[in-house]
Amino acid sequence: MKETRIVEKHPLAVRWFHWINFPVLMVMIWSGLLIYWANDIYEIKLDSTTLIKFFPKAFYDALDLRARLADGMAYHFTFAWFFAINGLLYVLYLVMSGEWRFIVPKKSSLGEAWKVLLNDLFIKKYTHEKAKFNGAQRLAYTSILIMGFGSLLTGLAIYKPIQLSWLTNALGGYGAARLEHFCLTLGFCAFFLVHLLQVIRAGWNNFRAMVSGFELEEVADNPPEASEELTPIIDDNTPTQPTTL
Amino acid sequence: MPKPPKSSSTLTPEQKKIITRRNFLSFATLGFGALGGVLGWNWVRKQPSVDGTVAPLRTMLETNGFLNETVLYSNAHLAPEYPRSAAAAEPRTNGDVGLDEDIDAGDWKLTITDTKSGKPLELVLADIMALPKTEIVFDFKCVEGWNEIQHWGGVRLSEVFRKYDLPTDFRYVGMATPDKAYYVGLDMASALHPQTLLAYESNGQEISFEQGYPLRLIVPVKYGIKNIKRIGSIILTNERPPDYWAEQGYDYHAGL
Repeated sequence: MKETRIVEKHPLAVRWFHWINFPVLMVMIWSGLLIYWANDIYEIKLDSTTLIKFFPKAFYDALDLRARLADGMAYHFTFAWFFAINGLLYVLYLVMSGEWRFIVPKKSSLGEAWKVLLNDLFIKKYTHEKAKFNGAQRLAYTSILIMGFGSLLTGLAIYKPIQLSWLTNALGGYGAARLEHFCLTLGFCAFFLVHLLQVIRAGWNNFRAMVSGFELEEVADNPPEASEELTPIIDDNTPTQPTTL
Repeated sequence: MPKPPKSSSTLTPEQKKIITRRNFLSFATLGFGALGGVLGWNWVRKQPSVDGTVAPLRTMLETNGFLNETVLYSNAHLAPEYPRSAAAAEPRTNGDVGLDEDIDAGDWKLTITDTKSGKPLELVLADIMALPKTEIVFDFKCVEGWNEIQHWGGVRLSEVFRKYDLPTDFRYVGMATPDKAYYVGLDMASALHPQTLLAYESNGQEISFEQGYPLRLIVPVKYGIKNIKRIGSIILTNERPPDYWAEQGYDYHAGL
């Protein structure tokens, strides 16, 4: 007969970092838009044709982003503390606990990420290795961490461009750092959309793991080790879930 | 690919108990956390406003300003300078508060008041221009988010302090336009920064009315909002001087 195991997936600390970061990042993006509005110069052009304007009038109107620069700065420079501290504690936790091993890409990750992408776009079926995170996830979760760090650095570079002029210079100057900060934010938005879609696709079992910490897993007919432990600590060889990004 | 269970039928009663308990605790924590976040957010937004910013955020702006002044700031940290050829031909103008009245350099004078001795010092433009001239080409930064390389010439404010033996032990330097419509407050360190100028030239020419003729402040360690045009009076004080934009929700320090 089939058995079900309760498998630990996300440690409590990671779940706290994740759910604190989510609203904090939302506030950072929202308040960042309030600031950006005051000098909204970015657009994507092909020759002289504007393809995308950041942002169209309707966008500012819909989100009530106009003429709130002071408001935006006050929120941004307050919540930046929460964003930075939560992020730094997360990195510290990853290092101290050894959890970084599940997230940092391996040699095979890039190739696997491509296969996962083809699979997720319904182009070519791919069943990933039994691992906590597949190659695409490893790349995504490491990238988002680097992006967060990048947002902190580019943010500091435009916040204190004279006291931290070494940093501003290293990032290519004030204007460059501002553009980098903006692009990273677009990257967070893109990550968020894909992440949301993938979480919906992966389903309840996967989502619950980011709240309650565990996943349920069906074990093949009476495997010898299945009866030994109720909640084995997961490792890289423990089978888990379908692709989640 | 590992399969999630299709139904809970294979769960033992013991497992079901664990799952229910853990889900209850975790989702309740998340739910209360979310509720706490929403209530906290609403609380913050309902707090009394201090100069256009709700009190908790104003406290954070002040804390950030204090940390900048005590941890990051140094008068040895200079704004990067550029060759003159990099400067904008016409420096961008933005605000015109305090520039409504006509002005004649012949009538204009600068009044400097030391709040301890109370004795005002009056200077005419020729007094300022008699002091050693300093030029700077730097990246001017507006609080709105734009920046522009500009070329300014004038006298170091610290040079005025030195020449007229003004006390530097006050905490603040306040400045206002002759009509008092625009006014700024600076911490003493920023006022004495070697790149802080009382400017009377732009691109080697007399500055225009829009740029604050006859004398304006150039303080590269602050956002443009602190770079007051057409200075009429300067006050040395330990009480924080009023600041036009800080009264409208902006950070008082506005340091870069």
